[in-house]
Parts: sequence; C-alpha cells; structure tokens
Amino acid sequence: MHSFGYRLNGLLTFAVTILALMCVIASLSDNLNIPSPSAEIQIMNINWFQKQPKGSDEVSLRVNISADLQSLFTWNTKQVFIFVAAEYETRKNSLNQVSLWDAIIPAKERAKFWIRSSNKYRFVDHGKNLRGKEFNLTLHWHVMPKTGKMFADKIVMSGYSLPEEYI
Amino acid sequence: MDWQGQKLVEQIMQIMLLVFAVTAFVAGYVLGSFQMMVLVYAGGVTLTGLITIPNWPFFNRHPLNWLDPSEAEKHPKPQVTVISKKKGSKK
Repeated sequence: MHSFGYRLNGLLTFAVTILALMCVIASLSDNLNIPSPSAEIQIMNINWFQKQPKGSDEVSLRVNISADLQSLFTWNTKQVFIFVAAEYETRKNSLNQVSLWDAIIPAKERAKFWIRSSNKYRFVDHGKNLRGKEFNLTLHWHVMPKTGKMFADKIVMSGYSLPEEYI
Repeated sequence: MDWQGQKLVEQIMQIMLLVFAVTAFVAGYVLGSFQMMVLVYAGGVTLTGLITIPNWPFFNRHPLNWLDPSEAEKHPKPQVTVISKKKGSKK
C-alpha cells in the first residue's frame, strides 16, 4: 500500500471480486423463489388447413392465450421469454414440436395477460400427418436473470385436435 | 504514507468494502431492486476510495526517521572483500 497506484489497484481488484461474489449469491437467492404459474390456451378458430404445393400439411389457428406468470419474477429477473409449441406424435417421429408464438415479458406487471392472435410462426408438418391429429399445446418459459442461472420450465395442455379433412 | 498508515489503510479498505457489500445486498434484496444494490455498492466503493487512496496526513502519524546525510558520512560503509578463485588445476 505504498503508493497511490498500488492502493487504487488493490481497491478496484477487491471491489470487483466482492461484486462477483454478490452476483453469485444473488443468483443463488433465486432458488428461494417457488413459482406458481398458470396458463390456459383456447383454440378459437382454425383459419385454414391446407396441403402446401410441395406436399406438407399446414394449418393456421387463432388462439386465445391467457396466463399468470407473475410468480416467476424475482428481484434478479431481467425478463421472461415465453413460447407456445404444438407437440404431437407421428409414425416417423415420437415427438414433433412446432413453435407457434412467442413473446418477451419485461416486467412483473405485464406477466398477467391474455392475448388473442393467430400463430406467429407457421404450423407446418414434415409430411401429411396432420389430418385428425391430436396434439398438446405447451407453454414454455425461460426466466432470464440479471445475473446468474436461467430457469426454464413449461406447462403442458393436452386435448387439442385438428379436423379430419383439409379446410 | 508510513508503515503503520499502510497497514491501517489496508484494514480500513477491506472492512469498508465488505460492510458495504453486505449492506448493499441486504438493501437490494429487501427492496427487491437489483439496481439499488449496485448503486449502494458503487457509492460504498467510491467512499472507501476517497478515504483510503489519497495520502491523508492522518496516515502519516508515525513517520520514519531517515538518517541525516551529514551523520551518515561520519560512519563509512563497510568494505566488501572480494576473493577471486582460480580455476581448478589442469593436468
């Protein structure tokens, strides 16, 4: 500690090291939060259900997504990324997942919402397997922290199905 | 800064930073605001810097007494005798 520069260096190094420790503890404190989210998705309308020119099935849906994700937010949460995926089984694949819609929730106040929208991303199959198909709609979320570990989880809602014939 | 001052500065620096770190974390956690934690901590680091980095006279209360030059000349430095070794004998 014999010179100005030496003391400045010592102070800054120690301060940054302690800051890193504080961030680790802040991230660990996220584990104390036990979230209790809820969500519901209704298919309001099937806009159309066609076979594409190159042969794959495609469907356009209008959905009503309502959710209460406020309990996911902690003091260390920057934003929550959510997306809705349709999951179904075909003869070739045991699990197909197609992302239909996503959003970023920047603050706790905006985490309780409902939205009516048609699918943001195209619901296309690899093949012609969608007629009469039963599928689940899963709401996935990623809780992105300000510092530290990201938590991801989902709610699976089952019981949806597509029409037997093209519309 | 003298030796005592340096030791004191190091202790003050470490303790203040730790105290501010704990205070900042608790403040941030209780208020639910990450920004509050960072602000309190940044303020604490600045305050610690202002107290410990400049060469305040407070840290120089036990100054070292260097020997006066005129006194040093009266006591000449001891001479170091150099013993030169020859290389090992050749055969």
